[in-house]
Amino acid sequence: MAKQLMRGSHVIAEAATRAGCRFYAGYPITPQNELPEYMSERFAQLEDATFIQAESELAAINMVMGASMAGVRAMTSSSSPGISLKQEAISYMAGMELPAVVVNIMRGGPGLGNIAPSQQDYFQATKGGGHGGYRTIVLAPYSGQELVTLTVKAFDLADAYRTTVILLGDGLMGQMMEPVTFPDPIDPATLPQKEWVLDGARGRDSRLIVSMLLDPVQMEQFNWKLARKYEAICERETQYESYLLDDALLAVVAFGTAARIAKGAVNRVRKAGLKVGLFRPITLWPFPGKELRALTRTIKHLLVFEMNFGQMVEDVKISVGEQARVHFHGRPGGIISTPHEIADAITKLIYRYEL
Amino acid sequence: MPKQVFKRPEALKDNVTHYCPGCGHGIIHRLIAEIIDELGIRDKTVGVPPVGCAVLAYNYIDVDMGEAPHGRAVAVATGIKRARPDLIVFTYQGDGDIAAIGTAETIHAANRGERVSVIFVNNGVFGMTGGQMAPTTLLGQTTTTTPGGRIALRDGYPLDLSQMLAVGRGSVYIERTAVTSPKNIIKTKKAIKKAFQVQMNDLGFALVEVLSQCPVNWKLSPVEACRRVEEEVVKTYPLGIIKDTTSTGRLHKLIS
Repeated sequence: MAKQLMRGSHVIAEAATRAGCRFYAGYPITPQNELPEYMSERFAQLEDATFIQAESELAAINMVMGASMAGVRAMTSSSSPGISLKQEAISYMAGMELPAVVVNIMRGGPGLGNIAPSQQDYFQATKGGGHGGYRTIVLAPYSGQELVTLTVKAFDLADAYRTTVILLGDGLMGQMMEPVTFPDPIDPATLPQKEWVLDGARGRDSRLIVSMLLDPVQMEQFNWKLARKYEAICERETQYESYLLDDALLAVVAFGTAARIAKGAVNRVRKAGLKVGLFRPITLWPFPGKELRALTRTIKHLLVFEMNFGQMVEDVKISVGEQARVHFHGRPGGIISTPHEIADAITKLIYRYEL
Repeated sequence: MPKQVFKRPEALKDNVTHYCPGCGHGIIHRLIAEIIDELGIRDKTVGVPPVGCAVLAYNYIDVDMGEAPHGRAVAVATGIKRARPDLIVFTYQGDGDIAAIGTAETIHAANRGERVSVIFVNNGVFGMTGGQMAPTTLLGQTTTTTPGGRIALRDGYPLDLSQMLAVGRGSVYIERTAVTSPKNIIKTKKAIKKAFQVQMNDLGFALVEVLSQCPVNWKLSPVEACRRVEEEVVKTYPLGIIKDTTSTGRLHKLIS
């Protein structure tokens, strides 16, 4: 298929449709409105697809929950304050083991914040944003093409593990136009049958999908089951990119938009002969901590760059312990750093520590 | 062999309910099960229970059931129905669930004319949590959070959700009934059956509000509780058809 120049939000919507998503419910919030707008037009062309502009973020995610119970690949999208509202249902879906894809095109926060690119929701996305202690897989794309691959992957992971998958982008990822190619569309009828859906007790016993387990023994057994599932995800699904790390003495650690900027900075300082590379977590949960720790056999300085006041840096520190010095550079207000700014931060560390 | 004239409906599980003596839920559950049997829709019906006393409705009604967060039942039902329009989807919700925390979801589902059947059980209190004031609590009624009785100036007025829903053009059938006597129970069954038929005929949003009795939280005997519904509660919530535009045919086409 030929390359197309497309806006990030549209890329997610198109990729979701091609992944077999046939249910979308959402509520307007900037900077992700182009996604539901595209979805409304795209789904109108499909006989088996439902688009609903819901009355609230709560209604939208609960409609997604219902569609998921009925076995359909379902998605909602929003931006930070809206994602906060959806947390109740995400917790329920963890308890009911329902697959869903939730796109968060992050804005600055807390509160209403602003609509500039931000990574302020790392904690919320990766630590389980709602009540009850659960995990969601978090994917952090950093290019238009990765929006395609990770959106498709989000649906596959959601179904495989019966979990919510969060696609975590920001205003820049949502608005930026890049050339992308799409895979051939998947016919939802060809997807693996789900043995647990609510579609009427025809020739079988009636089914229940519930999260309430009043018996403490049952509750404990279920929570251990969830824990085992999360362990399996950690073992199998961790994804990251290593860039120019083989001879590096310092690694920049960044995800999403920040990683895109950091890559430019690494290219810049490489030209000046500095031995610097980039480690880019693609799954933020599960976090590629083991892989990062392995790097510290040769790399003793890590510069974490985030578009927030320092959130992923905590996971980096837990992962590497005393094996490397962890430095931080952050922009928490929606100011988009230039590669020059990050190159400057790198260079200062290189000189200070004589790397 | 004597002829069997009374038996458990197939859509009702052989379980003893957890409901308090004199509670209306058990009667309403049975009516729903009888209706599902009579309409022959057990194998394509999906129910969504509330958070509240009837949260365990799935232990009694033997169809596919999916739990919803408090108040969100009709949004979840919307998702199920739109994803699978061939299914018959109903919600079963108490007054705390539907008229307090779930007001927004309910009004908008009705306004969209969602093809779902809503059974709204109004007993005027938050039963499961111990009898606190609900939006439907009568003026002057004592609850655990209105110890001296509900006062409009402080607590607001009894909310007539069914009347509110009737205003929107998406609702086509709304009726209020009770389960205090054999006569009222028969009327309730007829109404709930119609709410299912409205959905099966793709007409629009249908809701039956059933005035139910909560003897334990009202601190009355079951008989006194029934009498209270018939003599007091109906003054604020009169029984009967609130809206029926089903004779005018299908309201609008359900997309998807």
